[in-house]
Amino acid sequence: MSEEIKLLKGNEAIAHAAIRYGTDGYFGYPITPQSEIMETLMAEMPWETTGMVVLQAESEVAAINMVYGGAGTGKRVMTSSSSPGISLKLEGISYIAGAELPCLIVNVMRGGPGLGTIQPSQADYFQTVKGGGHGDYRLITLAPSSVQEMADFTELGFDLAFKYSNPSMILADGIVGQMMEKVVLPPARPRKTDEEISTESPWAARGKTTGRKPNIITSLELDAAAMEENNLRFQAKYRKIEENEVRYEEFMCDDAEYLLIAFGSSARICQKAVETARAEGMKLGLLRPITLWPFPTKAIAGYAGRVKGMLSVELNAGQMVEDVRLAVEGKVKVEHYGRLGGIIFTPDEILAALKEKLIN
Amino acid sequence: MKQEIIIAGFGGQGVLSMGKILAYSGLMEGKEVTWMPSYGPEQRGGTANVTVILSDQPISSPILNEYDIAIVLNQPSMDKFESKVKPGGILIYDGYGIHNPVKRNDINVYRVDAMDAATEMKNEKAFNMIILGGLLKVVPMVQLENVLLGLKKSLPERHHKLIPMNEAAIRKGMEIIRKV
Repeated sequence: MSEEIKLLKGNEAIAHAAIRYGTDGYFGYPITPQSEIMETLMAEMPWETTGMVVLQAESEVAAINMVYGGAGTGKRVMTSSSSPGISLKLEGISYIAGAELPCLIVNVMRGGPGLGTIQPSQADYFQTVKGGGHGDYRLITLAPSSVQEMADFTELGFDLAFKYSNPSMILADGIVGQMMEKVVLPPARPRKTDEEISTESPWAARGKTTGRKPNIITSLELDAAAMEENNLRFQAKYRKIEENEVRYEEFMCDDAEYLLIAFGSSARICQKAVETARAEGMKLGLLRPITLWPFPTKAIAGYAGRVKGMLSVELNAGQMVEDVRLAVEGKVKVEHYGRLGGIIFTPDEILAALKEKLIN
Repeated sequence: MKQEIIIAGFGGQGVLSMGKILAYSGLMEGKEVTWMPSYGPEQRGGTANVTVILSDQPISSPILNEYDIAIVLNQPSMDKFESKVKPGGILIYDGYGIHNPVKRNDINVYRVDAMDAATEMKNEKAFNMIILGGLLKVVPMVQLENVLLGLKKSLPERHHKLIPMNEAAIRKGMEIIRKV
């Protein structure tokens, strides 16, 4: 398959991108608003072309543990779900992080808590970047704001996961999952061969050959001193990721007097708010964190002395705003604006909140 | 050039698929397109709407305050979206589903009796394509040939035999739409 331009839903784009990336396996369980990922994979039947396995597991818990197993063999494996389903997967995600395995997890967020609604939300920010599962672990977290990025981040998520032997998460929401846009799909590449996997991931449990020590994949270490060593190794890796992998985008920030900070779909809505504000002569800019962890702390801190205020615009009750406040260390006023439970703000509502909370 | 459009009606009227065909047609013309459905627990008989944006420039928000064009196919949609048409914008409605007249006089209002025409054509499924024809007559934002290409792209091959019927429906809509 060569490069192709298509009109796709964000969810469909992830499925197509996964096949073209040479993904070995997808394990999932349906839930709105992300079911099109597995539906598209099933319709495309990649097991007949690339040999990719697509499997509907009996539950979310089963699916993440299939990912754990597949990742342990050095294969490119992934799962996807929406908020309540991700909560179910957290034990497995913590184990995968503890065993230092690469994999891709997609969360197309919906309104919570509990079963909540099926409408868009960004209320799983804390869950994703502050832990979620138990233990001191981190997920490389990518927040797509367009259908194109749903495709691009499938590839990037896998690349980063393998670069650092760490799970990656695409943290999307119902808007970017359900909307259709023009997307350029990359040319297909073949799945990795067994030889390539053996070279690239010598730690993988791929069946013991004579003369080498067995590879053991586990997150269990009963010796506390050894477990502390493991944790120190994880932390060193996390510092390296924080140093090298921060990604963000600035929109009209150069001369901005006020700054909106928003990720994912919210950033798209904020962009329109900025366009409207600029047309009215107001100097407003937008900073969009693309990686939520590692967070663009330095970039945001750089604006602390330059702008009069920052508004963190999120489809939740105020989560990322805490990281924005930590970044600026009290040097500038930071407020939060959000809608809850699946309700989406309009560009005008964002501008009204900015005026009410910061300008007036 | 940018068109921000809302299409709203009952689930089952073909609101989402009409939006999809419009988006595909835009894609065929090399435009940037965004198609954003309301994806609540809508079913046949419930309300459904879709925002379609066609633009020569990259598109920012898929969520809008107001629209250049509103196509409303039932009374609840009229109640919800009449006030959200930009001044000087366009509102198109099907006379069959609307009981209360349009109150605003700062917008251009068009009526296309698509339900009646579809019944006359003995093809209720042509309804949304008649509406689309009406829209394209008022604002020729995409060429008919690209709509047909878009249809070809969006329909599975086994349904390609329906394309001439769809073309006839679009032409019917172009013919019967009138300014109120």
